[in-house]
Amino acid sequence: MTTQDIIKPENLVYTKTSIMNDRNMHYCPGCSHGVVHKLIGEVIEEMGIKETVIGIAPVGCAVFAYNYLDIDWQEAAHGRAPAIATAISRLLPENCVFTYQGDGDLAAIGTAETIHACNRGENIVIFFINNAIYGMTGGQMAPTTLEGMKTATCPYGRDVKLNGFPLKISDLLAQLDGTCYVTRQSVHTVPAIRKSKKAIRKAFENAMAKKGTSVVEFVSTCNSGWKMTPHQANMWMEENMFKKYPLGDLKDK
Amino acid sequence: MEEIRLMKGNEAIAEAAIRYGCDGYFGYPITPQSEIMETLMELQPWKTTGMVVLQAESEVSAINMVYGGAGCGKSVMTSSSSPGVSLKQEGISYIACAELPCLIVNVMRGGPGLGTIQPSQADYFQAVKGGGHGDYRLIVLAPSSVQEMADFVALGFDLAFKYRTPSMIIADGIIGQMMEKVILPPYRPRRTNDEIRQQCPWATLGKPDNRERNVTTSLALEAEEMERTNLRLQAKYKEICENEVRFEAVNCDDADFVLIAFGSIARVCMSAMEIGRKEGLKIGVLRPITLYPFPTLKIQELAKKAKGILTVELSAGQMVEDVRLAVNGSIPVEFYGRMGGVVPTPEEVLEQLKKQLVK
Repeated sequence: MTTQDIIKPENLVYTKTSIMNDRNMHYCPGCSHGVVHKLIGEVIEEMGIKETVIGIAPVGCAVFAYNYLDIDWQEAAHGRAPAIATAISRLLPENCVFTYQGDGDLAAIGTAETIHACNRGENIVIFFINNAIYGMTGGQMAPTTLEGMKTATCPYGRDVKLNGFPLKISDLLAQLDGTCYVTRQSVHTVPAIRKSKKAIRKAFENAMAKKGTSVVEFVSTCNSGWKMTPHQANMWMEENMFKKYPLGDLKDK
Repeated sequence: MEEIRLMKGNEAIAEAAIRYGCDGYFGYPITPQSEIMETLMELQPWKTTGMVVLQAESEVSAINMVYGGAGCGKSVMTSSSSPGVSLKQEGISYIACAELPCLIVNVMRGGPGLGTIQPSQADYFQAVKGGGHGDYRLIVLAPSSVQEMADFVALGFDLAFKYRTPSMIIADGIIGQMMEKVILPPYRPRRTNDEIRQQCPWATLGKPDNRERNVTTSLALEAEEMERTNLRLQAKYKEICENEVRFEAVNCDDADFVLIAFGSIARVCMSAMEIGRKEGLKIGVLRPITLYPFPTLKIQELAKKAKGILTVELSAGQMVEDVRLAVNGSIPVEFYGRMGGVVPTPEEVLEQLKKQLVK
């Protein structure tokens, strides 16, 4: 069999979405960001909404998301992505606007912007990467850092007397009348990736149908920040993160 | 036919924004400028021109809404007063670096801190020298009448789009709250998305196949790349300084003494000048209309003939530093100011001029 025989279209079992650029990612090997980027790109391509989508990149590891997906982007100040998305969605109601935010961005410095965009029921999608740590700044404590979990700013483990409790912000957002869909997913196994892709599609469909705000949380790994191998990080996430942040739909109306 | 109305300065801003074809206003209530958003909500322009008006959860959020709208090439604005404008500085710095146009209105009140709701001009440094982090400037317009409040909306937007940089109107509680006759500008249609695509090829309106993706960002991790961004900004500011200086000079040609003042207190200085002239003192008034770019060359020209300058401000003395830089010691530059919302009378200004300069 020659190479030409092998690459016949009928033999094609996988191809990279055209929404993703041919650019090496800066993410660490094992990081969840790359998988979530790919899924968002695939859904945008499959829904045929490339020309209407505008993404808002956060401050954090995903600040360079705009380098990887071939759509129009705006890069926000730390935590302010939902405010930016609000204005774009209001000014361009025919467009489909999403934010892509980490736990520090969405659940600490941007808490007000997140809650109020959701409470207004902005017709936007919020993708929320929860890896319980500040990755880009070097592994400091996040609002979602688990009790006892060690980070650069809680080197002896998160002490709830000192630092408060891990913030289950998606549960809080599900309480708001403006959200139509709040779900918690992960991308560490093939079945989990398939479920995540369905959630991403539903969120975009909700925004197009003007049903309100959709929030898709991805419980994620940061193996370099957690100081583990990618495999260890996946195991640790299953054992620890999923207990505090159980997967599944929190709201679907 | 001209449309003339009696309005508050704040109301004039709102009315002028709708007539300009502004696409979006995002604000948060704060005295003494809440009438801007109240007027917009009352007029409901989303039913007529399609303009979006939204009350944000904070000034921080409001300026970031402006950032988002500006990135789409839309004509968007916000307004606030001193403490609220402090909160907006983060967003303003990002917008300046991302080189996006927008209009910010500061109806100044007395500070520091929560201060007072009475008028002040103590945000001069913040507006003119940058305000937020990094090397950037704003185009700063200082109205001294309700008419100028209306007119500077269009001027501010036009300059912001011409140079792709934020414009700021700095008024104070007096100009915002007082009522005067205003000739309203005619209605202009809002730009369509197709017009924006043509005029603002950088706008993020969704990526078609026939162009590269548009990204609005203020991030450049490499030192050389960030320096290039800074050099581009500085070149733009130089161009603005060469082309956009605006001022009003009254009786300055034969003046021995020049009062330099902006905004509401410039009107008090005009009255002081009239009283002084009747007494035989050759007084002129220079009123900078653009605080950035500053009328440095005009002040240097006046300093060649005049015996002295009195800068009058509703602050501890901020613009006076720029006047002294312009004059560079060639003639005396004195200062008179009141703080905390106290507005001096023309007689007090004249008395200070006599005491500090005529002697």
